[in-house]
Amino acid sequence: MGAEFTRHVRRNLVAYIALLPMAAVVIFAYLGTMAWSVRLSFSSSKLLPRNDFVGFAQYVTLFDTSRWLTSLGNLAVIAFFFLLICFVLGCLLAIFIDQNVRAESLFRTVFLYPYAMSFVVAGLIWQWILNPDLGIQATMRGFGFSGFVLDWVVNPRMVLYAVILATVWHGSGLVMALILAGLRGIDGEIWRATRIDGIPAWRVYLSIVLPMLRPMIITSLVLLSISIVKMYDVVVAMTNGGPGTASEVPAKFIMDNLFERANIGLATAASTVMLITVLLVMAPVIYSQYFRKSGRAA
Amino acid sequence: MIAMKQMVAVSAIALAAATGIARAEEPLNAEVIHWWTSGGESAAIAVFADAFNAAGGKWVDNAVAGGSAARSAAINRIIGGDPSTAALFNTSRQYHEIIGEGLLNDIDAVASKNDWDKVLPAPIANAVKVDGKYYAAPVNIHMPLWIWYSVAALDKAGIDKPPETMEQFLADLDKLKAAGIIPLALGGQRWQENSLFSAVLTNVGGAKLWTSVYGDKDEAAIRSPEFRKVIETFVSLKPYVDQASQGRNWNDATALLIKDEAGFQVMGDWAKGEFKQANKEIGKDYGCIPGLRPDAPYVLGGDVFVFPKTDDAEQVKAQHLLVEIMTDPDVQVKFNNLKGSIPIRSDVDVSSLDACAQLGMKIMSDPARQVPDASQMMEEFVYGSVQDIVTELWNTPMTVDQAIDRFEKALKG
Repeated sequence: MGAEFTRHVRRNLVAYIALLPMAAVVIFAYLGTMAWSVRLSFSSSKLLPRNDFVGFAQYVTLFDTSRWLTSLGNLAVIAFFFLLICFVLGCLLAIFIDQNVRAESLFRTVFLYPYAMSFVVAGLIWQWILNPDLGIQATMRGFGFSGFVLDWVVNPRMVLYAVILATVWHGSGLVMALILAGLRGIDGEIWRATRIDGIPAWRVYLSIVLPMLRPMIITSLVLLSISIVKMYDVVVAMTNGGPGTASEVPAKFIMDNLFERANIGLATAASTVMLITVLLVMAPVIYSQYFRKSGRAA
Repeated sequence: MIAMKQMVAVSAIALAAATGIARAEEPLNAEVIHWWTSGGESAAIAVFADAFNAAGGKWVDNAVAGGSAARSAAINRIIGGDPSTAALFNTSRQYHEIIGEGLLNDIDAVASKNDWDKVLPAPIANAVKVDGKYYAAPVNIHMPLWIWYSVAALDKAGIDKPPETMEQFLADLDKLKAAGIIPLALGGQRWQENSLFSAVLTNVGGAKLWTSVYGDKDEAAIRSPEFRKVIETFVSLKPYVDQASQGRNWNDATALLIKDEAGFQVMGDWAKGEFKQANKEIGKDYGCIPGLRPDAPYVLGGDVFVFPKTDDAEQVKAQHLLVEIMTDPDVQVKFNNLKGSIPIRSDVDVSSLDACAQLGMKIMSDPARQVPDASQMMEEFVYGSVQDIVTELWNTPMTVDQAIDRFEKALKG
């Protein structure tokens, strides 16, 4: 074991040296700051970081803050609909494009284009489209439909769905691109075989092709989940959390408390809660990756 | 070859000149972090820069867009041990923690020389004085709760004179609504909704309720019938705001008054800049109401410069020169005319100020009507929670009892 280890290191010495700077960055910049944030969440820090220890006081305050609870609830709604719609829509788009349609590259570009835009731009565009004074409502009323109402961004009950609409528009192209890449990798023999067996195409997609695309699906779900957790710019651009607190999200709560409200302790407690949430979401993914590895080895 | 010789000669002279100047009098370098980037604002801060340069200093401008970004930059530089000479903050509690940590230089030497105890209004002096020492130089006073009106809109609704009481104001809102004009121009953003609430609190509740709720955080005052009436009045204003107000910027709301499409707006005195840019005249096109009761409190907000700790004698000298320049009576008038605010001291020549600013100066001369801005009476995170309540109160069907409970929790907790 020892000899083998030394030989392994010696053979890959250059590779290890090349990886050192990156490892250092990860350990000190990423993990280090993460640990520092978690540490601060147990302190009474306000404007400046403090080194005292107040136990879980910040967490108690956090879960007693109605805006934080609203933010969490909003995130849950956004996560559910965004993941579901983005994924289903992305898959359908990929499957349609995979039918050897004409001008395929045009469609691919059109559907992927929103993803190339920053979230701020996407948010602004949809803010304008849905703004009752500028967008669709004003246009329709200008055409003479005076009773036409499309007030999603200003309606506290609908504003979350306006945000979901914008994010789905932004994100589903990515799912499409990933799934399409996977579909192109499916062996033509499989299609020929199912055709001989007379299996309808939708059934093949659902029961054979999609399961084969597991890596693509996991990748796209992980990417989508990450964009949900860090969702901030789109909300700031579209609604700035309003009307009232109807479209507040956790990332915005953290940023506001960190920079505007000089409340580092509470902000780091909130970000620690988000970190734990992400880890809980990621755990099954990581587990399945390891699980798959051992399965292959056996 | 000749060219080469010339070049050497020229650079030798240049070098000699440069070192000569350096030996004679090194200009006092002062790096100033601020967020005044818009047209009127940068013209205003240029007054400071020019005056400082004329007094033998060298102003190094470090403008950061956005108030909180600029303050974060200043604080990060202070913590990192490489502070700027001066940094801009609001007249509030924003900088009190860095004073507590001993990270700012006091400017008592300049303050006592210029008799700040006498010339500054008490709320402003309290905001910049900690443990008996002055730590920040106030440069202007903004009153955030003026009520602006469009003369043409009021005429159209048959209102012959601007309201002087809350009852008249509410009656005028009804008249405007009946005339098909937006009665109240509001931008549905947290801080603007909060300004409206503050205006109701000061005009319905008066100075006493303002300071006992926000300053003393007195439970009896929060539970008093007066505060209940404030909340009820605030909620009753909802029907007077148009549907598209959500997310609107304050200057777009002011534009509604400029276009005579709306009657009133509650906004700080910086709104004057918008009217002026649109070539509107006070009295003829628009007007300003400081309050809706004879003893309406005049809320004193504004901006201050703080001076990070340094032992470098040159930097301390530069800091003191900055304070002298910024609070100089002539510079004050010039600066505040461009900024839209009023001077921090009463011993200045007000004749060049506009009518609204002169009215403000007159009201401010009565100490009984001076009250501190809410941000001077509570820490930022407390004020943040208060604003969260106000925006929810405005945008959701929250009951008055729920609101009172939440105010109590936010202010006392």
